Amino acid sequence: MADTKTIAPRDPAFVRAWDWLTETQIWTSIFRHTAPINDRNRVLVMLSNVFLHLHPVRLRKSGVRLRYTWCMGGISFFLFLQLTFTGLLLMFYYRPTLEYAYADIVSLREHVPLGIMREMHRWGAHAMVITVWLHMFRVFMTGSYKPPREFNWNIGVIMLVLTLLLSFTGYLLPWDQLAIWAITVGSNMARATPFLGYEGPGAALLALGDVRLIHAAADARFALLGGTIVGEGALLRFYVLHCVALPLVIGFLMAVHFWRVRKDGGISGPL
Amino acid sequence: MDAIKDFVDLLANPQVFFGATFGALILIVWKREAFASNRWGWGLMGFLGVFFLFGLFDENFQLIIGKPDNVPIVALIFLLVFFTWFAIREGVRNDRRIAAGEPPIEKDEEDRVWTWPDLVYTELIALVVCTVIIIVWSIGLEAPLEQPANNANTPNPSKAPWYFLGLQEMLVYFDPWLAGVVLPSLIIVGLMAIPYVDKNPKGNGYYTFTERKAEITIFLFGFVVLWSSLIVLGTFLRGPNWNFFGPFEFWDIHKLEPLTNVQLSESIWVYGFGRALPEHWFIREIFGLALVGFYIGVLPVALAWKGLTKYYEMLGPTRYYVSVLLFLMMLSLPIKMLSRWVFNLKYIVSIPEFFFNI
Repeated sequence: MADTKTIAPRDPAFVRAWDWLTETQIWTSIFRHTAPINDRNRVLVMLSNVFLHLHPVRLRKSGVRLRYTWCMGGISFFLFLQLTFTGLLLMFYYRPTLEYAYADIVSLREHVPLGIMREMHRWGAHAMVITVWLHMFRVFMTGSYKPPREFNWNIGVIMLVLTLLLSFTGYLLPWDQLAIWAITVGSNMARATPFLGYEGPGAALLALGDVRLIHAAADARFALLGGTIVGEGALLRFYVLHCVALPLVIGFLMAVHFWRVRKDGGISGPL
Repeated sequence: MDAIKDFVDLLANPQVFFGATFGALILIVWKREAFASNRWGWGLMGFLGVFFLFGLFDENFQLIIGKPDNVPIVALIFLLVFFTWFAIREGVRNDRRIAAGEPPIEKDEEDRVWTWPDLVYTELIALVVCTVIIIVWSIGLEAPLEQPANNANTPNPSKAPWYFLGLQEMLVYFDPWLAGVVLPSLIIVGLMAIPYVDKNPKGNGYYTFTERKAEITIFLFGFVVLWSSLIVLGTFLRGPNWNFFGPFEFWDIHKLEPLTNVQLSESIWVYGFGRALPEHWFIREIFGLALVGFYIGVLPVALAWKGLTKYYEMLGPTRYYVSVLLFLMMLSLPIKMLSRWVFNLKYIVSIPEFFFNI
């Protein structure tokens, strides 16, 4: 009788490749634990990953339901990242001067086959305004601004204003008729600022004798536009605000916002 | 067909449009039990869908809806109607449970789940779906680019970006220092004040309506009726010279609207007393100033004494005065709208000497 030998079935090739890969020193230096398929690793993955550690390890069941959250806060954050990325790419091609601004946008449209970066940036920006509003709407309707989350609601209101300002400053950059007149209409409001706008009530009171301190070339609108009309100064100012100043501020506030969500007891729910 | 379009144009008139939105809010709040049914929700969405489909066959409708930058507002209309209905529905469902002695749904979903996989996978799917939507939208619709900027060529109408069109619409009723500076600042202050003036401990962390009737009604009034519906009005229904045009109406640049508005001082001194306006601005405007003084100075006190005593006692003086003042500021817009429509009133106080018009 011939000896019979049992041969253990070999794992498929991709499983062996995966096993080999996840045991290399490079892989284990990046990921300190194996896949989150057991409770221990589900904890570790949240604690050891800088991107995931914004999350708690576990959260209320209602907090993962679309019914409760509408996912609007998360989508707003995602759109912000998307806008940062597409905006960065656009910055490579766009020069904020009267000479080049419009021409650069035309080039983006005419010379880039299948290019959709500008579209993604513009539609993403519109979408973000809407999702931020809906996020605020949801937070209000679930009473999530109530103690202990009052302060975080305030951070949110400031970020809502910043979202609108980001969109507003970006609106000018294509330097076409749509852009310049929308910003003209919007920024004309600033000259009616009480005391600080030259057509605002009380501005005439700020005078030394006959010399008015607040006039067309020294008022709130001038400070905003860097000129008496929407021109070169405004374009540069809006560009810097749009690409550097406002994203930095809103990014900083986002960190506070997310941190406070955790510190105020995680996603809201009945007490 | 044309009869329907004419009828819609008529309904879209600012008076009717604003009145209808406000009426709809009252109805929704009052008949929320019926409104919360699926039939209403899908019915409304279906009605909107059919209306927009029907409209797309009309040239003028197409022109205004199809402007690339207006597409998000069409989306906003659908989203807002849906989420208003949805939030009310979830509130009503929880209210029924609370009335039956059960806890709200969120209380039943209190046990913890693992972030991985329950949350991260949801996030991943949302991320993918959003990416797909943005990419498809970007491929399908080119970002607008008009003629190069020209300071000498003013388009008519000149519109702010769409999210500020509610404020621009306010310019019809208020001067820029109010519509463009003071009232927007008060909106921000008001939003920030909400958690501090709202002392109602109920309704924290779950949908409800009955436990927060006043708060939710006021918020819906501010957000849906004032803010959002005025954006829709300002975007779709305001044409050349900021004149009103129905959604199916041709934007005729020569459309004439009679401007017969009068100042309060004029109607009192000239039409009431039958004499010329006094020389000095203070005497001329004394009635308007008294009215405004009464509105912000006396009315809150009077209401604390009679009418809103319950709230005064519940909130205490500081919270009461802050919230009532903010509320009155919010109401000043519909009041000004109504007095314009009913009495052709232009300004309550008009002191052009100081750019001070209310």
